[in-house]
Amino acid sequence: MTLEERLNAVKKENEILLNMGPQHPSTHGVIRFIVRADGEIMVEALPVVGYLHRGIEKLAEMTPYPGFIPYTDRVDYLAAMFCNHAFVMGVERLLGVEVPKRAEYLRMIASELNRIASHLISLGSMAMDIGAFTPFLHGIRERELINDITEMLCGSRLTYNYMRIGGVSNDINDNILKKINDFLDRFLPGFIEEFNRLITYNEILVKRCINIATISSEEAINFGLVGPNLRASGVKWDLRKNMPYSIYPEFKFDIPVGEGFKGSVGDSYDRFVVRVKEMEESAKIIRQAISNIPDGEIMAKVPKRVKPPVGEVYSAVESARGELGYHIISDGSENPYRCKIRTGSFSAMKAIHIKSQGCFIADLVVLIASMDIVAPEIDR
Amino acid sequence: MLELSDKILESFGLSSQYSLVVIIILFFVYGLFALTFGSLFAGITSWYERRIAGRMQSRIGPNRVGYQGFWQWLADGLKCWFKEDIIPKDTDSVLFRIAPYLVFTGVLCTFVVIPFAPSVVGSDMNVGLVYIIAITALVVAGILMAGWASDSKWTLFGGIRSTAQMISYEIPVALSLIVVVIPAGTLSLQKIIISQGGAPYNWYIFHNPAAFVAFFIYFTSALAEGNRTPFDLPEAESELVAGYNTEYSGMRFLFFLFAEWMNLYVIGGIATAVFLGGWRIPGIAYEVQMESIWLQFAGFIVYLIKALILVNVIIWLRWTLPRLRIDQLMIMCYKYLVPISILLIIVSIIFTILYESVPVVGLVVRLLLFLLGVVIMIYFSYRVYYNIRNFPDKTYLKWMI
Repeated sequence: MTLEERLNAVKKENEILLNMGPQHPSTHGVIRFIVRADGEIMVEALPVVGYLHRGIEKLAEMTPYPGFIPYTDRVDYLAAMFCNHAFVMGVERLLGVEVPKRAEYLRMIASELNRIASHLISLGSMAMDIGAFTPFLHGIRERELINDITEMLCGSRLTYNYMRIGGVSNDINDNILKKINDFLDRFLPGFIEEFNRLITYNEILVKRCINIATISSEEAINFGLVGPNLRASGVKWDLRKNMPYSIYPEFKFDIPVGEGFKGSVGDSYDRFVVRVKEMEESAKIIRQAISNIPDGEIMAKVPKRVKPPVGEVYSAVESARGELGYHIISDGSENPYRCKIRTGSFSAMKAIHIKSQGCFIADLVVLIASMDIVAPEIDR
Repeated sequence: MLELSDKILESFGLSSQYSLVVIIILFFVYGLFALTFGSLFAGITSWYERRIAGRMQSRIGPNRVGYQGFWQWLADGLKCWFKEDIIPKDTDSVLFRIAPYLVFTGVLCTFVVIPFAPSVVGSDMNVGLVYIIAITALVVAGILMAGWASDSKWTLFGGIRSTAQMISYEIPVALSLIVVVIPAGTLSLQKIIISQGGAPYNWYIFHNPAAFVAFFIYFTSALAEGNRTPFDLPEAESELVAGYNTEYSGMRFLFFLFAEWMNLYVIGGIATAVFLGGWRIPGIAYEVQMESIWLQFAGFIVYLIKALILVNVIIWLRWTLPRLRIDQLMIMCYKYLVPISILLIIVSIIFTILYESVPVVGLVVRLLLFLLGVVIMIYFSYRVYYNIRNFPDKTYLKWMI
């Protein structure tokens, strides 16, 4: 029995089945929703995942550890740095390698730049889904500067492949530091303020987002939401603070949580504002970091053939979409025995299904966008 | 038209039995003129809108075809002309074919009563405003047909949304125009223009506080009736893919867009005629303007500039604002705009009676409202200056500062 037949069986007389996706402007990639709607009001929106399944976890079992790093870029193409980071961190823990301080700094700077870039796309596309096209392109414009920086840093603009087991591939130089400084100077007070004036405080956007798909803190934990989605519901949980990794404990930054900025705690508007505030915090972290990067090596001593001892490890980082974890099991050979990837978008899909009930069709678009879904992250 | 045909008959020395032929030829000529004007306007506006959007979004926009990409609209038109006209298999093909022309005709027919200059008007009907409101119903029919005939649920959503929205917003449009009809005492657009003065404080927008508010209500409702952002729900690309015109391609698709861009001029044109003094030039009496062909031409230019300023505002809004939701749209119409415009009609009646008994009050109120308008414009300029000054990156603003 296919999904359509099952839905047709439960659908009432005055309801219609709408197929949204896999090619739809606002499903953010190849996701499909089957919408059961009574006119403009949805009864439910059933997510159908799997259109972008590339078997990355299976590929891991057939690839040597260093060779899998480029594949991790494709887990979440908008925040590839985090996927790199979580994987190499896990292998380093298996190997027991100590990463040089300078490499940790570079990793962190690159990651936080990537977080800003990812949030810019997320916020922009949410604004675009609500109908404002300009904020999206303003976001793209700023992201382009970040892309330039990462291109100078690691030679590529989207799938970075920057981190190595034991360090990073390229060193930073004064030219790049100056570029980052210039970017931060224009970004932090200037761009954020302009963006807020243009869209965050826009009355129509506020009206569209408040009290839409409100997720209470309890529900958010039960859904398994992570990252900004969880924090927007009022739960102060950030791996950078709560399960510190890398060199994050050395820096001062806040964890923005949803406070019901205009509506209730945990609504779509909170998720929007939390992301805006996270960009500010990321910019602050980078500011602190670039002023005191220590000298030294960027690669630790790692054997040519990476053969971790038998064992397993779970390493997680706070990605732009929340906790991104790799559960790596090693059987002592060159390839991982198993590599399970835990991503934020997958758990958000269930929340979308539950929270879409009783919304307008236009709200479904807001809900999907506010959850910051990235299709390859769901299916892997 | 009748006077003109009589003149032509006289000058050619023909008897009056040919008057019907002459009138039909005149109608044809005027129709051709309106069609050309509308199409040219729609085409050039499409290029202009994309340039403005480019500026607003820190990109360049079309700049390859001709000077500053000016001929881009022609290139796009030709491209669409040569495209295959795809009619999906399960469509109701007759309705599918007719729909774009109905939409196009509905908008074009409003050009019959929209004046261009003191003596250039298709037909100065004594029910002009009512005619405009009535003829735009064709657009509703066309869009509903397009939505229904395409045999797709998304287009049907677009069509139904559009019908609900356009029918609802015709009410505040009509009511806010009546606010001005009361002091003017006529429904004919030409007579409304004539009864306004040339100077800005003599315009109907500053006639009384009710008319001042009615202008903004008209502008908002007309945007909604014309399916423009922030009210572009029927073609909400993020929700409904492209709304009622999803299945259209080639020239049929272009006809919808033609209608949309022509509608910009219609919105601006009606607002100019009713609220902003139309083709009146400050300091020149109506009779003098009627005599001279050059003053008529100047009137045409003045009218066009006023309408284009409004079109410009509409384009700004489109690239700035997000979109409303369908229930918010309806709430705004029936809970706010309709009651407010009914109230405004009453206020307008009171003021009109007051002005007739005490004319000096009229002058004072006009001047005060004009002052308010000036203050709003100054504040607007200040905000523009503020935003430009505080923008971090001024490189792409160099052409204007």
